[in-house]
Amino acid sequence: MLTDLLIKLALAGLVLFAVLNFAGIQTWVERKQSAIMQDRIGANRASFALPWVWATPINFVLRKLGGLGLLHPLADVIKLLTKEDFTPQTGNRFLHTLAPWISVFFALIVFAAIPFGDHVELFGHTIDLQVAKLDSGLLYILALASIGIYGVILAGMASGTNLSVIGGLRAASQMLAYEIALGVSLIGVVLWYGSLDLQAIVRAQGAYLWGWLPAWGIVIQPIGCIIFVAAALAETKRIPFDLPEGEPEIIGYFVEYSGMKFGLFFLTDFVETTLVAALTTVLFFGGWQIPWLPANAFAPNVMALLGVLAFTFKVSFFLWFFMAIRWTLPRFRYDQLMGLGWKGLFPISLVNIGLTGLLRVLVR
Amino acid sequence: MTQATTTPMTLSDEFLHRIRDAHKRRKLTFWERIYLPAIAQGLWVTSVHFWRNLFLHIAHRVGLFRDIPASVTIQYPEEQRQMSPRLRTRHRLMQRDDGTPRCVGCMLCETVCPAKCIYITPGEHPDPNVEKYAKSFDLDLGKCVYCGYCVEVCPEDAIRMDTQRHDIAAFSRDGMWLDIIELLHPGSKTVTEPPRKFVKLELEDFRKLKHDRNAAQGKPVA
Repeated sequence: MLTDLLIKLALAGLVLFAVLNFAGIQTWVERKQSAIMQDRIGANRASFALPWVWATPINFVLRKLGGLGLLHPLADVIKLLTKEDFTPQTGNRFLHTLAPWISVFFALIVFAAIPFGDHVELFGHTIDLQVAKLDSGLLYILALASIGIYGVILAGMASGTNLSVIGGLRAASQMLAYEIALGVSLIGVVLWYGSLDLQAIVRAQGAYLWGWLPAWGIVIQPIGCIIFVAAALAETKRIPFDLPEGEPEIIGYFVEYSGMKFGLFFLTDFVETTLVAALTTVLFFGGWQIPWLPANAFAPNVMALLGVLAFTFKVSFFLWFFMAIRWTLPRFRYDQLMGLGWKGLFPISLVNIGLTGLLRVLVR
Repeated sequence: MTQATTTPMTLSDEFLHRIRDAHKRRKLTFWERIYLPAIAQGLWVTSVHFWRNLFLHIAHRVGLFRDIPASVTIQYPEEQRQMSPRLRTRHRLMQRDDGTPRCVGCMLCETVCPAKCIYITPGEHPDPNVEKYAKSFDLDLGKCVYCGYCVEVCPEDAIRMDTQRHDIAAFSRDGMWLDIIELLHPGSKTVTEPPRKFVKLELEDFRKLKHDRNAAQGKPVA
């Protein structure tokens, strides 16, 4: 019993460590990738040196890291932690403090249901590489991911500023429009693989169509995949769907936030992007499956490790892809955004369910 | 009636029609309305830039393709862009061979200056052909509008705006003040030094100044 608990704790720690690192490194990726895309150099100035003689090799490494801009996240954190923590007089201090925590908590807790590998055998224990083995993992993820929006709405309302209220309300209606398309687009996946358990969905994607084409979600559900990615990007509240933030017009729901409370919203953004990348991988790109690699090519534990690496690689690719989208596309106008959600994605995802059902009956 | 229809359309009429047509919203085609091809095009453009520049950045690290730039960035304080020699940059006063200013204190520049940022104190010059020289010559860059009138009006070619210095920064308005030493030897005063105003120098001081600077820079001392 205690061993199981320890194993679960270790897994949870591992996932939290990985996710927070992914989120942290994204601040660097965002700076550098956008710069390289736009023929710039990007962050390369933040650096410091230790004053002692014996620290020369350390200083050499620090200088190289600073040249790559990797010390900028550190400077960011120091800046955010040492800034004044400010609550406006018209705001509610308790809710104002609670909001970012709700936001970041529900973004992080969702990762419990994401399978990041097959199982490993260690000292007679079979460890499933998934923090919480839930039969209805997909529902859990959708439910908790939409609770996270309460943090944003609370932030808007508790700030007591008109602009932040507008930001919060925009976030609410945007989430409403896109959460539905998101959920409905996933019904096709559930119909096809016949399970809500994410690990089962990933296992099913190890099969091959006609003996050579991996039965990934993108092959079976191309329309569902596109709708899911579009709707999920809207969930992350980043450009082209950054209406709740809308920097040029309203600064967004976090106008009145400073210091680490703002940093938590910032972190939530990146954690949610990681979440969307992980979900896209799990549902549509085979999760930890490595295509065309026989299941018994190596020892089971080595295979599981390779699977984890494959999952990490796929997630990293999607982080790159989402970052490319964020730095390529302009923003939607608000009515266009609502039109796309309600009149575009939602009906198409309904049609997708019908098509998938029909196909399922015919193929079976 | 037939006259009107056979009249050839003038150029202005044609432009007018084109403008009217352009104002009419064209109906979007199916592929344009679903955004995806346009998104793919945009991603293609940015991705080509990304991978090309990433490859070049890595290649530069190992010493390859150094002649193809990976970015348009100029790392400013270390690298400086080459400016056109015609660009009006910070002023300088020209010297005679012995280090005394070429300025004869005629006050033309002080008079023509629209911003009234030049202050000259003339002094008697021992040479009767020169008559006068500038004992002090002060220029307030905080007021200067960089019009270049002082350069154009000078009969002695004593003031020029060709130092290629445009990074003028100071901690106070007084810090933007250039005295005659700084004008004769641009760059001799650092930004942290307190400002000097209305420094009055004799001819001998100018000679000594040039002598000292040459000695400090290791140049042959005349």
